[in-house]
Amino acid sequence: MAWTWFHKLGSPPYVYKLAATLTPWFAWIAAALMAYGLIGGLVISPADYQQGEGYRILYVHAPTAWMSLQVYVVMAVASAVALIWRIKVAHAVAAACGTMGATFTACALATGSLWGGPMWGTYWEWDPRIIFELVLLVQFLGYMGLRAAVDDTQRADRICAVLAVVGVINVPIIHYSVEWWNSLHQTASVMKLGSKPTMPLSMLMPLLSMFFGYVFLFGALLLTRLRAELLSRERSASWIRDVVRA
Amino acid sequence: MSNLVLGARGLHLWRGDRHVLRGVSLELRGGQILQLTGSNGAGKTTLLRVLCGLAYLEEGDVFWRGENVRSNLHGFHAELAYVGHEPPLKADLTARENLSYWVGMRRPVTVARIESALDEVGADDWRDRPVRTLSAGQRRRVALAGLSLLSVPLWLLDEPTTNLDTAGQLLVTRMLEAHVTRGGLAVVAVHHELGVNGVTLHRMVLAS
Amino acid sequence: MSTPAPAALIPGHPRTPALRAARLVLGRDLRLAFRRPGELVQPLIFFAIVATLFPLAITPEKSQLVLVAPGVVWVAALLASLLALEFLYREDAHDGSLEQFAVSGQSLTGLLLAKSVAHWLLTGAPLAIMGPLTAWADGAPMSALPGVFISVAVGSIALSLLGSIGAALTLGVRRSGVLLSVLNLPFTVPVLIFGARATQQAIQGVDYTAAVQLLGAMAILGVTLAPLAAAAAVRISLE
Repeated sequence: MAWTWFHKLGSPPYVYKLAATLTPWFAWIAAALMAYGLIGGLVISPADYQQGEGYRILYVHAPTAWMSLQVYVVMAVASAVALIWRIKVAHAVAAACGTMGATFTACALATGSLWGGPMWGTYWEWDPRIIFELVLLVQFLGYMGLRAAVDDTQRADRICAVLAVVGVINVPIIHYSVEWWNSLHQTASVMKLGSKPTMPLSMLMPLLSMFFGYVFLFGALLLTRLRAELLSRERSASWIRDVVRA
Repeated sequence: MSNLVLGARGLHLWRGDRHVLRGVSLELRGGQILQLTGSNGAGKTTLLRVLCGLAYLEEGDVFWRGENVRSNLHGFHAELAYVGHEPPLKADLTARENLSYWVGMRRPVTVARIESALDEVGADDWRDRPVRTLSAGQRRRVALAGLSLLSVPLWLLDEPTTNLDTAGQLLVTRMLEAHVTRGGLAVVAVHHELGVNGVTLHRMVLAS
Repeated sequence: MSTPAPAALIPGHPRTPALRAARLVLGRDLRLAFRRPGELVQPLIFFAIVATLFPLAITPEKSQLVLVAPGVVWVAALLASLLALEFLYREDAHDGSLEQFAVSGQSLTGLLLAKSVAHWLLTGAPLAIMGPLTAWADGAPMSALPGVFISVAVGSIALSLLGSIGAALTLGVRRSGVLLSVLNLPFTVPVLIFGARATQQAIQGVDYTAAVQLLGAMAILGVTLAPLAAAAAVRISLE
């Protein structure tokens, strides 16, 4: 039973239709969550004890940084699935993640820099988490570069899949870098497993809302790009004509 | 009755948008040669590489001794020799050294056997010079010497007579005849008819 | 019509054992390298040039230079190893030898590991000698040199082996130099960080075991997993 569902996900026309149906839902949910998160975070929640009003960029910086890791993980998992089970749609998913991952990572670095300047007096520091996040940005750019450099699409897919899987080692390094090194970044206050989060609820709720809002935003964007990828890859297939006619 | 059988079923391969192999199927038994012909770009080299397990197959399966080669790729490779357009020789090593590495990596081989194999392909004093100083025909002969030393049942050859003079082409024909008479099989991509005698020759023409 | 029995087709010879095949590849690569000594020394000369440029550009004062000596040694080592990595698979890819490896019936992972070992012996191990020399020239005390030697020796193993992954991924790409360094970045950055730290601790005379152990862990990761990833990438490039 579950196997047929998995099998259907390997079929480009099915995935195309599924993506087309889900995208507006994801987009609206993302808009709602982000609206709540932004209003709650930027306007309603109280100012921070130590940082005053300036801390509010956290509501954009933290989710963006978190998403940069998630996008890489999605890309790596899609690549692994594509390599092991030889599913072409998974390659299209991985390809769709490249640019978005680079953008999220660049935004994370930029918002972090904007936060650091007024708050700690420094727009850039060579702190471990920042260094490895910069490496992540280079990884996304390298992924896109390799894809462009290899001529044959199928070979580009497979070679980039190997790259994505091999490079996933940087993700846990970024995540645990705050525990392994003392640095500018504070240790995890939201994601501690088991214990209660150390943030007050009025700050936590908008933040979580932003996290999930970003997830749905990524979902909507990914599905849109995925449709574009599928159209481009399958352009000589017959089901494309039915889609264009509709 | 030996089970030396090479089979292929429904092979499909695309290069970009080009459907290069369209449902190719074949069956070749010990003692037989399959001659592949077709115009340039028709897919002869591609088919050879697919049969080797080198090229990525969209659809279809290759069988050796009745089993799908995917289940034991190393075992399959141990029983085949593939020689492509260019003889796989290191330019800075001599013919002797090349053979001792190329063959020795797969099958223990003695100096004496290397010498006699080089004798059979007509190598004289040039067997001690670096391969980059040899002519294309001489390099092809070294590759043929390696082929006979590898002692494997399945040969996959891509235009083995390239750059060879008449004597060289005769050498290839004789080697194929001897190999197949001993029970081996060969898939050979060529531009002209192989002039083999006394052996079962199947023909496949690939259309582009 | 009768098909003759396959008499003496595989005349009783077994396959060459995997270890022997790997040793043959190692020996072959070493022999080939020494046939072209000019190419062999290029990465080392590059190291010497880069290491010399720093004192010329920063300051000739040894008391100040010793502060940047770890960085000088490691940046030069990294750049030299990147240059060397371009040669790792290039020739074998061009003349069809890699292809023969892939259809030899031997484990491609094992053969590529053998190539990496040869590569390290030729381009990584010498750095373990040039590194301490450079540190000494930049003002490091003699007592620090064994520590510098160990850190560069272990770190160069990590660089050589982990770097082979990027080299395999960029096999089919023309003018791959920059892309190669970009793809290898997630591996080279940790090696650089810990290697430089170990060297610095050695120069300062403090305990450097922790950093060297981390370098060692990366080297082990390189020896065990890198050839696997490289073999996967090579097979895809050969398709």
